[in-house]
Formats: sequence, C-alpha cells, structure tokens
Amino acid sequence: MSAPHEPFAGFDEVARGGAPRGVEPAGGAAAWARDLAFGARLAAGGGREGWIRTLLTAVGVGLGVALLLLAAAVPPMMTVRDHKRVARDSMSAGYLAKPTDSTLLVADAGTTFRGADITGELLRPEGAKAAAPPGVAHLPAPGHMVVSPALRRLLAAQPLLRERLPYTIDGPIGHAGLMGPAELYYYAGSDRLTARDANYEHGNADRIAGFGHHSNSAVMGPTFDLLLVVMLVVLLLPVAVFVATAVRLGGERRDRRLAALRLVGADNRMTRRIAAGEALFGSLLGLLVGGGLFFAGRQLATHVTIRGISAYPADMTPDAALAVIVAVAVPLAAVGVTMLSLRGTAIEPLGVVRQSVGRGRRVWWRLVIPAVGLLLAPLFGKVQGDGKLNMYQVATGAVLMLVGVTAVLPWVVEQVVRRLGGGPVAWQLATRRLQLNSNAAARLVSGVTVAVAGAIALQMLFAGVDDEFVFSTGADPARAQAVVSAEVDSGAQARDFTHRIAATKGVQHAYGYVDSAVTQPDAASVRDGDFAYLPVAVGDCATLGQMASLHGCAPGSVFLVPPADGAGDTQAARTYLRPGGRLDLNGPPREAYTGTPRLWTIPRDARTAQSRPDPSGSLGWGLFATPEALDTSRLTSETATVMVALDPHDPDAAEYVRNTAAKLGIGVDVLHVGTTTTKSGYAQLRRGLFAGAALTMALIGASLLVMMLEQLRDRKKLLAVLVAFGTRRGALAWSVLWQTAIPVVLGLVLACAGGLALGAALLGMVGRPFHPDWGAMAGMAAIGAGVVFAVTLLSLPPLWRLMRADGLRTE
Amino acid sequence: MSIGHTLLGLLESGPRHGYDLKRAFDERFGHDRPLAYGQVYSTMARLLKNGLVEVEGIEPGGGPERKRYAITDAGVTDVETWLARPEKPEPYLQTTLYAKVVLALLTGRPAADLLDSQRAEHLRLMRELTRRKSSGDLADQLICDHALFHLEADLRWLELTAARLDQLAAEVTR
Amino acid sequence: MSAETLTEPLLQATDVHKSYGRTAALDGAALTVRAGEVVAVMGPSGSGKSTLLHCLAGIVRADSGQVRYRGRDLTTMSDRERSALRRTDFGFVFQFGQLVPELTCLENVAIPLRLAGTRRRDAEARAGAWLERLEVGDVAGQRPGEVSGGQGQRVAVARALVAGPRVVFADEPTGALDSLNGERVMRLLTEAAHDTGAAVVLVTHEARVAAYSDREIVVRDGKSRDTERVS
Repeated sequence: MSAPHEPFAGFDEVARGGAPRGVEPAGGAAAWARDLAFGARLAAGGGREGWIRTLLTAVGVGLGVALLLLAAAVPPMMTVRDHKRVARDSMSAGYLAKPTDSTLLVADAGTTFRGADITGELLRPEGAKAAAPPGVAHLPAPGHMVVSPALRRLLAAQPLLRERLPYTIDGPIGHAGLMGPAELYYYAGSDRLTARDANYEHGNADRIAGFGHHSNSAVMGPTFDLLLVVMLVVLLLPVAVFVATAVRLGGERRDRRLAALRLVGADNRMTRRIAAGEALFGSLLGLLVGGGLFFAGRQLATHVTIRGISAYPADMTPDAALAVIVAVAVPLAAVGVTMLSLRGTAIEPLGVVRQSVGRGRRVWWRLVIPAVGLLLAPLFGKVQGDGKLNMYQVATGAVLMLVGVTAVLPWVVEQVVRRLGGGPVAWQLATRRLQLNSNAAARLVSGVTVAVAGAIALQMLFAGVDDEFVFSTGADPARAQAVVSAEVDSGAQARDFTHRIAATKGVQHAYGYVDSAVTQPDAASVRDGDFAYLPVAVGDCATLGQMASLHGCAPGSVFLVPPADGAGDTQAARTYLRPGGRLDLNGPPREAYTGTPRLWTIPRDARTAQSRPDPSGSLGWGLFATPEALDTSRLTSETATVMVALDPHDPDAAEYVRNTAAKLGIGVDVLHVGTTTTKSGYAQLRRGLFAGAALTMALIGASLLVMMLEQLRDRKKLLAVLVAFGTRRGALAWSVLWQTAIPVVLGLVLACAGGLALGAALLGMVGRPFHPDWGAMAGMAAIGAGVVFAVTLLSLPPLWRLMRADGLRTE
Repeated sequence: MSIGHTLLGLLESGPRHGYDLKRAFDERFGHDRPLAYGQVYSTMARLLKNGLVEVEGIEPGGGPERKRYAITDAGVTDVETWLARPEKPEPYLQTTLYAKVVLALLTGRPAADLLDSQRAEHLRLMRELTRRKSSGDLADQLICDHALFHLEADLRWLELTAARLDQLAAEVTR
Repeated sequence: MSAETLTEPLLQATDVHKSYGRTAALDGAALTVRAGEVVAVMGPSGSGKSTLLHCLAGIVRADSGQVRYRGRDLTTMSDRERSALRRTDFGFVFQFGQLVPELTCLENVAIPLRLAGTRRRDAEARAGAWLERLEVGDVAGQRPGEVSGGQGQRVAVARALVAGPRVVFADEPTGALDSLNGERVMRLLTEAAHDTGAAVVLVTHEARVAAYSDREIVVRDGKSRDTERVS
C-alpha cells in the first residue's frame, strides 16, 4: 500500500471482491493445450543442462525414428525394385516362331568379375519398332553397348574386364533400368544372334516381343515368411524399447521439477499433462531429428553397397502410410510411456512418493506374458511345405516372448540385487545403489536383453533351417575350379574349345569332353513318344576318369556307366547299355521322331564302370567313350564341357578363362565350382539380419551411454562428496562398471534363456529338432557384454570430470 | 537471582534446618560461590518476619542454631508467583532461570510452562527490537542487533533446557 | 480473547493428527491464523512444525482432526480442490528447492498465474513487477542456478505473493542464508505480506526470524501450544 512498487492494487480488489477462487480457469482442450505447452517450455528451457537432456532424448528418439523410417522404406523399396526387375525382364512369355517388326532377339551375356556379378544381355532387334529396355533410349548397334555407371567405372579401371566386353560404349543406362547405383549391368548389340527353334535348338537367342512381360517372383514359402516376420520383430522391438527409454531420460529430475509445480498448485492431472508435454516436445524434436537423419543418411545410400545390394536414395521413400504411423505413433508412445512411468508414482508437492515402495514386485503377471507367447507358439502350427503362415500370430507370439523377457527382467534384477552385499567399497556402492533403484538398472539393459534374446532365437532358427536354403553341391573344388560349357556344332569345335581354354593363362589343366544324348535303336518306329534318354560323354581317358572310375582306359575304349541311385533312368540303362547293344545316335526326340536313324553298336569289349562325382559335383552316367571309339560328328545337339583346373597362385586365373570363353562365342557359360550354393533371397535375408543386428546393437550402445551420462550427472554431488572423502577414482570407476555389469549379466542370462525358449518354439514350428547354437549364443552375449564394457569406458572421462571438486557446488 | 525465593522453594519439599538449607543450596546452585551462613540466617530472618516461613522447632543439643524452618502457605504462594513471572529479559539471566527451573522440578510444578512463558517474554522483546530496527538508523540497528543476538542466545538456552527437562528432573529429584 | 470474537479465523486447525508410518509427527496440534497476521511456528527439529505447516496448506492430508480454511475443511477436499487452493489462495517459500531450475526467475514467478490461466504476457508483466518489488528485478532473465541464495529466496517470495494469496506458508525461508540476507528476506517478506494483507505462517527454529512475527506458537512432540491462549 505504502510501497511504491505495489504491483497489484487493482488485482487484489478484484480478487477480494468476491470473484470465485479455486475454480479451474480453463477446462478441456484449452487446459490440455496450456499444460502441454507448459511442459514443452520446461523441456525447451533449463539452460545448458536442460537442453542437453532434451537433445539426448531427441537424438535417442531420432535414431529410433530413423531406423523405423528405414524399415518403413523397405516395402516400397522392395516394390520399386520388383517393378524395375519385372520391367526389364527379358524372359519370353512364350515361344515366338515368327519375327515381327517389334520383336528382338536376346541372349544372356552375364559374367562374373572377381566375385562381382555382371548382368548383361545381347540384343538384336528384328524390326524398326523393337522396344528398348527400361533406362535405355536406343538399342545399341552391333558392337556397341550401354552400361550402368558402376560398370563403366569398373571397365575403365579394369582392362582385363574391358577385354571381355570390348564393345564401344554408347552411353549409360538410366535409373529406371537399374535397381541401384552399384549395379553392374549392360546391354550390347549383336548381329550374331539367331533365334532358337521350337525345340530350343539350333540358335543362340530367344525371341521376345519386348521387355517386362513376365513376372517370376521367387516365392520362398512359409518358412521364409516366418524368418522375415521374426526378423522384423527382433530388429524393431529393441528400437521400440530404445525409444521408450530415451523418452524416460532424466526421469528423476523431472519428478523433482513436477513436485515443485505441484507445490504452487498444479493438481495431479495438470502435472501429468505437463509431463506429457515435456515428453511430447522431446519426441517431436526426435521426430525431426529422425527425419533429418533418415534423409541425410539416405543420400549416403549411393555410396553404400551391402554385399552387392545397393539402392537409389529416391527409391528409399518410406511408405506414406507407414511414415504417418511412425510420425503419430512415436509421440503417442512417448506420451504413453511417460504416463506409464508416472503411474506407479505420486508426484506430491513435497517430492515423489513411489507407491510401490514397501511391497515387492509381483512376479506372476510378468511371467504370464512370455508364457502366453510360448503358448501361442504351438498354436502357430507347423509350417512345412506351402502352408500359409499366420503372420500376425507369429509376430504376436514373438513380441510377447521378447516383451515378456523385459517384463521379467526388473523382477529378476530386484530379487538378485537384494541378496547382494559385502565386498569391497566399489562393489558396495554399486549394489546399494542398485538396491535403491533397481528399476532404472533394469530399464538400462532391457534393450540389450531384447536384442540378444531375439538374435539368439533367430540364430537358432537360421541354423535350424539352413539346409532348406543352402544346398551342398557335392563339388570338389580341388580337382577343378571352373566349368566352361557351350553348345557346339562338331567334335572338332569342341576340341578347339578345349585347346584354347587349356592354352589360356592361369589354366593348369583342361578336361574337355563332348556331351550329348542318344536313344533306343527302335526310336524311329516308337509311336507313343516315350523315348529312352541315354547320356553320352566323349572325351579322352583323363577326362572320363574325372567322371567315373575307369580301369584300363586307352584310346578306343568304351565304358558303360550305370546311373547311381535315382540319378538317371536305371531301366533304360539296363535295357540298352549292354556290350554289343545298339543305339540310335540321332538324339532322343522331344516329341516325334525326326530325321533318319543313325544306328551304332556298342563294342563287345565295352566295360562297365562306376560313376564318380565330377569336379562340379554331378554324378554322370550313360555311355562314356573315347573319341577314337565314337565319332562325335554323328551325335546331335552336342555340348562342349571343359572342366578347368586353375593355377591357385594366380588370383585372376578365372578371369582369363572367362575372357577366353567370351571369345568362344555366344552362350558360353563359365561356372565357378563351389561347395555350397544358397538361394539368393535367403542370403539377402541373412545379410539383412546381420546388418540390422549391428545397427540395433550400436543404437543400444548409444542409449546405454546416454543413460549412463544422465545417471552420472544426477549423482554429481554424491560423487563429489565421495571424492572429498578421499574415495579413490579407481573405486568409483569400478562401482560404475559393477553398476552396469550386474544388471547386464542378469539381462544376458535372461536373454539366453528367453532366446532359447523362443528359438525352440520357432524351430518346433518349422519341424526341426531343438539344437542350441552355443557358439552363436556366446557370440551374441559377448557382443552385448562388449557394448556395455565400451559404454563404461566411454563414460569414464565424464566421470573424471564430474568428480572434480567443483561438483560440490550447489546448484 | 533471588536467594530468598530460592530458599523458600527449597523449603517447599519439607522443613529443613538452616544448615541443611545451605547445603542443599550449595549443592544445586552454589557451584563456584558457596552461600555464607550469615546470608542464610539473615534471609531466613527476613522471610520469618514477612510470614513466609515459620520455625517448626528447635532441636535440643549444642550448636549455635538448631532451628527447623517450614514454609507457610503465604510462602508457597510467593514461590508460585515468582516462578510464573517471567524474568525481564536481560543478559546473564541463566542463573536465575536455572534456579527457577530446578525449583519448579523440585516442587513438582510444570517447568516447561515456565520456560515457555520466558520464551514468550524474550520473543516479545525481540519483536520490539526488530520493529525498532526497521524504523531506526544504522546505529540503532546495530545496537538492536547486539541485543537481539544476546536474547537469541538466551532463547536457545531455553530451548535446550526445555529439550532436556526430563533428564534434569531425573537428576534433581534423585 | 477479545480478538477472536472480532475477526473470524482465516485458517484454523484443531486436534490434528498425522503419522508417517509408525512415527507420529503430529499428535493433537492446533493453530489459529487470522487474516493478515504473521504467526511463527517454533519448536525443536523433529517436533512436527513442518508437518503442521504441510497440513495447514493442504499439501499433506491430516489423519484426523480438522483444518478449516474460510469455513471449508481441507482434510475432506480432493487433490484437485487443494491444488486449486494452493494455486490461488496460498503462497509458499521453502528453504530451497521450490524453484523450477529449468525456468528463468521471471518465469518461475509467473508460474502460479499461468497455472491459474493468466495469459503469458500479463503473467510475466506482473511477475516482473514483483521481482522489482523484492529488489531482484535484475535477475529476471537468469535461472535459479545462476543467482545467489538470497536472491533465490527473494524470487521465491515474489512467487509466493504474485497471485495475491491470503496465506503465505514459509518453511525456514532463511535456513540456508547468512544473517544479513536472512534479515533482508524476512523484512521484504513481512512487509510485502503486510501490504497485500496476506497472513504468513512462518516455520522457523530461529528466534531472530520468529521476531518478525506477530505471535508464535510452539510445537513440541507433535503438540502445539498457542501462546495466544496462554497469555
């Protein structure tokens, strides 16, 4: 009154004049908006400290969002890739007998250069209207080619490859014709292409009406779908856990802040709304960060090739619906998690009261979750053959199992930690701290636990179904490392091929033979079209010896090789492959017999020999003859096959062979001999898993570090006091390590148990025996432990800094 | 401090000889300065004259004075009023307050009330000084602060004594 | 006794009991506060004086007994109603920790107004005036962590008074301050409260702080003695 500054003379009059007091000033949406905004203000304010916390939350959420966006970009990316693949598909939709002004001839001219697959096609338009493949403006003229940018670079750098593809480069293939920037692709014009006939013979090219007429999605079956679903769950669940933890960063400080607001009259609902506002702000910022990270990271995709797979940034556009879901779900989840974390606590004006204090954590509902997950597993049913997989059920079961692991974790940590005690000072500090708030510790490692559990289960599943997708070829790369095969017109040509390959640099030995087939002597008079198919191999004794165990082979020898079990027509072999028996060399007809019979009598001294796997792993059978005994010019549709032993000291030996083969003509194939071959889709899935697991682990490491720093900052004063007491730095460092290590060890043990259970359930679904992959499990656990260890190491410098005496200064 | 009231208070628990009174006084309040016999007898004479004590009897036998004193009703009332009346807050009051507390305990009166009313008295003066401080100049403020700090010290002593009353009672009535 | 018949008590607690677990913090405490008076609540540590303040302010719900504020019993009000009271009718100054470290001093002072629905601009204008009034106008833009203890307490006083409360509850408001700063805070608090007509319930164990009151009550072992009744 007397004071010159009295600010509210007027206000007081109003207030005292009987205006209703204690009334909620704004209800409903307005109150919500005000409190949310207020919360956002709290999150945005707070100076350096506050900003750091908000930024950490944003970065945490952002990393998660970026990963989610990446996942959301996968389906459209697959679609785009599939569309592109279909659009350039040159498989003929059916046999076209007659050329028109829009047909063209194509021949596969793919090759491999030092392990990199190069896709190439030779093209020959048969009319003016022939269409060009996608991404190509004009069909290249004979002797010219268009190439992908990556291939152009490779060609410029590798003269060895340029020698194989000597065509004049006209220009590049556009984005529309390529799946990714790293794809090696070319189309070359050729005037040497001739169309094959209706029997797929006498030519070297297919006649097609254009590109993109045919789709042949490689359907992998329900087991593959199971893998895909589980993989998505396993990779994305830790991200969700991570986002949830990021939102809860700084929880203790937030509780204190909210208590201060309660004191000045915020009621419980307002407090919750304010907390929601804070979380919302952090997560919205995180959404921005995540979007930024994703779009920035996407640009890097041009430079990233994961095992031969690359993608254009423009093709990695998140599915609009999924992106919207991410944009809506992440902030909502943030608010939800905040509400959930506030559920067990009552923020009172004087501080925080944990309502759960005093009563033990109840375990039953925590155990129910994984149990239900496990129970769902048998209900998944068996997925063998082509049965349709109930993806939702599988995903639900897997999610429940993994979420269950994180639900049980806090209880386990609490139970174990409660029984800890004694030991040196560092241990005591760590265990007492954990006892005080085992919840935070459990949260800290829940991400690692989920990731490791999921990865172990997946690893088991992969190991279990390996043989469904990986085929053992039975090949023996010690004897030959490459097989060249080509259709030839005559034995002379075949011999020429063998000689030229044998003369190639880096070739130690070339086993060349002519491959064909003959039929029964009375084929010309058979009506019902059921002709015996009897393979013939004509080569020198050394070559034949690679395919069968021969005794006493000399020029002029003939051997009869019965098929191994199931490897051929045993009945026909028994009937027709007899010494002195007669055969018709005029091939086994496709449908009706054409031409005149060329009868040949098997020499009486022909001996029987045992088949043996050739270097490429095949078990041949039939008539094995030396050229002196059988004139190859009498055979039909001969194929020259050359098994090549390469100089192991020349890494480019295979490349020289491929160069030679390319000069031999169109359609000359060079096969690399390996011990196993994998269905490519499966290989990609596996690669994706490892890439994803690495990303997830990195993410979890980042979150652990963030939370550790947060915890250290919260305990700045305590640390300073401990240092003031004369506590050794080493002891504090150890206590930090123990504090992380104890929950992590518990988490990993639980993860192994959960992973084994889930893995067993999944293996049960695909009907495989339970077979834990201990090595992989140890590996995964070691990775998890390594992440924790690295995080502890990284958190030491800030610890030293916090421990300086100025930590004692009050805020 | 009032020796008369103190001796009166000591008599309240029962008649005593002069010699006993001196011993009791010295034991509880004498500390470094024992009471002279002369002072005891002159004080008792004054109290006798005022009708606050009476001579209950004279013991036979030698010795100079073997009078047994007892407190009268008027004496009890006098002790009562003295104990209830807060002392004027001033420095070095403890001896009197202490004597009052002990006597209150000895005579089974509520010593806490005594301390509370003394506290109230102290606070009243402190309020006055605080008010004076806010209207006075710096010199006034400094003088008032000096007094305030001393009063605060007394008040703390009152607090402490109040907190230890039980302990003190046990010791005094032992 | 005559004063009681003249003015209806603003806040009156009778026979308040409150226990935390097995410890009885209040065991039949009573207190009367009239409009505009400054009442000091004294007593040794652990005597229950803070708990009494919390019960009076509706921060803590008493186990039994009555706390009547302007005729309404706080012990039967819902959390929302009590929160609303704290927002509009009560102000608080604690020893420390009541300011939100994330907000500037000005924003801290403006919180009660904003929680009550005042527009930000108006709220901050009034808050600024109060900071000036408490001689801390220069720290308006700084955060609580960046100002001295004395300044922080004056900011807290400004916040306690900004919404024009009828009662300000101060719990050891000078507990963390030296004598000079403590005196300054007390002088400003009592003057401002007096000017706005707010009553002050002042919990302290310091006699010099209590000397700023109009009268004091003593809490001992959870029981209070109102000196008004003794005298």
